[in-house]
Amino acid sequence: MIEIVDLHKAFGRNHVLRGANLKVEKGESMVVIGGSGSGKSVLIKHIIGTLKPDSGSILIDGVDIAKLSENELYETRKRFGMLFQMAALFDSMKVWENVAFALMRHGKLKEKDAKEIASEKLRMVGLMGVEDLMPSELSGGMKKRVGLARAIAHSPEILLYDEPTTGLDPIMADAINDLIIEMKQKLLVTSVAITHDMHSAYKIADRIAMLYEGRIIATGTPDEIKNTDNAIVRQFITGSAVGPIKIEGVTA
Amino acid sequence: MANILLKPVELLGRSVTMFWSTFVLFTAELGSILLLLCSAIKQLVLPPFELKNTFKQVVEIGIKSLPVVLITAVFTGMVLALQSYTGFKRFNAEVMVGTVVALSITRELGPVLTGLIVAGRAGAAMAAELGTMRVTEQIDALETLATNPVKYLVVPRFIAGIIILPSLTVVADIIGIIGGFFVTVNVLGANSSVYWRRTWDYLETSDIYNGLIKACFFGASIAIISCYKGFYTSGGAEGVGKATTGAVVLSSMTILISDYFLSAWLFK
Repeated sequence: MIEIVDLHKAFGRNHVLRGANLKVEKGESMVVIGGSGSGKSVLIKHIIGTLKPDSGSILIDGVDIAKLSENELYETRKRFGMLFQMAALFDSMKVWENVAFALMRHGKLKEKDAKEIASEKLRMVGLMGVEDLMPSELSGGMKKRVGLARAIAHSPEILLYDEPTTGLDPIMADAINDLIIEMKQKLLVTSVAITHDMHSAYKIADRIAMLYEGRIIATGTPDEIKNTDNAIVRQFITGSAVGPIKIEGVTA
Repeated sequence: MANILLKPVELLGRSVTMFWSTFVLFTAELGSILLLLCSAIKQLVLPPFELKNTFKQVVEIGIKSLPVVLITAVFTGMVLALQSYTGFKRFNAEVMVGTVVALSITRELGPVLTGLIVAGRAGAAMAAELGTMRVTEQIDALETLATNPVKYLVVPRFIAGIIILPSLTVVADIIGIIGGFFVTVNVLGANSSVYWRRTWDYLETSDIYNGLIKACFFGASIAIISCYKGFYTSGGAEGVGKATTGAVVLSSMTILISDYFLSAWLFK
């Protein structure tokens, strides 16, 4: 379904991705873990084509997304839904207009029908009666839910989650985890999530991949990752400041 | 000794480097603005057309700028009449006040002042809005929802700028001339029919439409520069602030500098 082959990306002198390889099967829930600044966001932005690789390829069902024309790329994006870290709701629009954005733009639906579908998607993420509110009137957790409703509104095949639990309290974070699992079961989507929240990773992942120094250094099921011998992965998942991973800007 | 001799050379070297790097930055920015302009023009001609969004921007930029434009225009016309009347009186030419006001407003002050006001009001708003959308990932969200952000955000503002600036300029022209009339006749006690005759006798239609051509250019410049500044914002809240300031400064400079060259070309 999604295959990343030898992906390189540098910003100026900062060589972020240095030959990342990752394969995600259809219907699978892949979680990419890694420290802050390890290039997780850069990786996910390549999957949806908002960043172009310096070299390497990102194959979606065998088609290299980096080689598509602008129009083909926008067509391909209709197969994707993405939940952003801070939800990235359009603050000039009401909640339902946010959710129905892609439907009204690409599906040419009438306002009334689009609003109905938006309400249904909002119910799916556990929200009722918020259709006519503005995003600024919502709490952080509610914004994430609306963001998720917007991501699933056009029934995508692939869902991308950028730090889905960051900035939420533990209970709200777990509720979002449950929602992500529910989306996978109900919508049968393929998903890629990036996170550094191990609790969330264990819960939502079929497989976990660790990104370190621009490469995927380990992949495995949550159990395999928990019992890994790899010292770098061990240090990360146990959250220890002492170990082979150098903390940026701090000298020993 | 050698040090003293080297100092001026070092200073010269440093200033050349500084000048050069500023020049490179400026050229790079100009290039990026032109690229955004090309991409906006391409998206402008390709369907679907953003009619609803464009209308919203026309209202946003146009109607809301109208009060400021009105006040500026009426007082500019008034002070122009006041100054030229008292000045021209020294050589008994006060009958020419109507002509001076009409020519100055239509050819120069109408388009330029309207441009500067819209740059300060709407240009700042565009850069701040797009900049905030950039730093809160709303522009990325548009991309992921299969929507070209240049088409959705830049094109409507660009069209609105081109429509709105000449429209506001027409209003400014009329109100400015009326302001001049009011002061000349009601405050300074000159003859009203002389004022109007002197206005119409020497005012040509080319004065008006060349002024409006300048206004179109200013509208396009303000929109594309402000959208560029907002679209490529980085660095959070501070970045949005910088983008907004940059948009107003660069738009205003562009208006004032291009005004000279456009005038030299249009009013031969």
